[in-house]
Amino acid sequence: MAKMWINMGPQHPMTHGLWNLRVEVDGETITDAEPVIGYLHRGWEKMVEDRHYPQIIPMADRLCYGSSFTWSHVYCLAAEDLMGVEVPERAKYIRVMSDELQRIGSHLMWLAAIGPDLGNLTIFLYAMRERELFMDLFQSLCGARMTYNFPRIGGVRNDAPPNWERDLVRTLDYFEKRMDEYEDLVDRNSVFRMRMVDLAPLSAKDAINLGVTGPSLRGSGVKYDVRHNDPYEIYDELDWHMCVRDEGDVYARYRVRMDEMRMSVQIVRECLKKMPKSGPIRVKPPRTAPVGTGMARMEDPRGESLMYIIGDGTDKPFRLKVRSPFFVTLSASPVMLRSYKVADVPSIMGMLDVCMGETDR
Amino acid sequence: MEETVTYTIDQVKSKIASAFPTEVKFEDKVRPRRLFMSANKDALLKLCTMLKDELGFDHCSCVSGVDRCDRFQSVYHICSCSSNITLEIVVDLPHDNPEVDSVTPLWGGANWHEREAFDMFGIIYKGHPRLERLLLPADYTFFPMRKDCETGRK
Repeated sequence: MAKMWINMGPQHPMTHGLWNLRVEVDGETITDAEPVIGYLHRGWEKMVEDRHYPQIIPMADRLCYGSSFTWSHVYCLAAEDLMGVEVPERAKYIRVMSDELQRIGSHLMWLAAIGPDLGNLTIFLYAMRERELFMDLFQSLCGARMTYNFPRIGGVRNDAPPNWERDLVRTLDYFEKRMDEYEDLVDRNSVFRMRMVDLAPLSAKDAINLGVTGPSLRGSGVKYDVRHNDPYEIYDELDWHMCVRDEGDVYARYRVRMDEMRMSVQIVRECLKKMPKSGPIRVKPPRTAPVGTGMARMEDPRGESLMYIIGDGTDKPFRLKVRSPFFVTLSASPVMLRSYKVADVPSIMGMLDVCMGETDR
Repeated sequence: MEETVTYTIDQVKSKIASAFPTEVKFEDKVRPRRLFMSANKDALLKLCTMLKDELGFDHCSCVSGVDRCDRFQSVYHICSCSSNITLEIVVDLPHDNPEVDSVTPLWGGANWHEREAFDMFGIIYKGHPRLERLLLPADYTFFPMRKDCETGRK
């Protein structure tokens, strides 16, 4: 049969955002694939060159509404590296806790997205319900449900309100019970498993070389997590372990994300114990940055995010480059898709956790 | 992973310094688990091959284009998963002829980053498997991230 190219997107239930996956098919089998991106390109990196350093924090939130805290956090880390600002201890704990809550929120949104993809609408309803609890926590912490504008260069905007820690503990207790329910619903569902097990395995060597990071890399058995290998804030003082699976298939990527949610709960609990009960949460950063460069990497829910910032002595950055984890993972997707069926595409791509805001920038 | 040899920052530094005495210059900036250097553009591919094959730098995290007005820069952030070191390599390119060897044949992760730098700055990566516009439409005639490309807000 003659091969042909099919456009899956820009509007397609599989895409979860505005992008186009072109696949070359021989009958039902995918022989080649080519992601086409740029539909959401806003010129983010050019825009920030015209804005003051603090003005970029809410813009960094908009890189991905699903995990906006981690993006403004990595921007603040890069700016602090450039300006030489040391963050107070309590602010570091608040940031790490928010990071982990954001990771749970983002993973829940991923779970809600792949549920309908793979024919399980119930998990969508459950995951969205639980995500609401974490958005409530953020709302009481910083007043917004999704784009928080919460970290600042040199700390965080405000301290946790009274009773926030009590609400947090209650939410975590409730959420851990619900996690068991999700696993019953998905892992013990043979139809759901059939669409994931042994699908699109990626070897450890390929995964590293192609720049795949985050849960997709750890699903291939590579022990690499920026929180562990290049610790920032206070991760090196915490007692936690990386979630790794050796299989490398879609199911392994699913399991790593589910395990990470439990691990995030554990990290937040430990932070609550170790956090200084009072103290400053913010230092005043300089208005202008020195001539030089700053760089920060951190573990975004989707993988390794990096910001490289060049200061020229003014109050605006000369250049700010964003490394988006999904941008690189998407470039590796043809390797995963080849030789599988068209019907496997939602399963393979959904498991990478698509976010176009950070990809196109 | 098979690669279990780990190197310290000083070992990496001395190995690079002995192999590239004139082509690579180290910066004085000190950060934990980081090494900053600038390299000659003709030596870049040799340097990267050595980093990958001998020193176990297996992950190309990021490639950034920079327009310094009098010259272009291509900045590489390369990590080693086993040694936990991140290298920052800055390569200066002439403004009238921004050409440098592609590192995509070594690290597949650099593929789209180099395409993006070409798309935004017009930096030519020689040996790249497919150097085409990535984020912008194929019929664009200018490179928007260059400093001489004016935006409306100014």
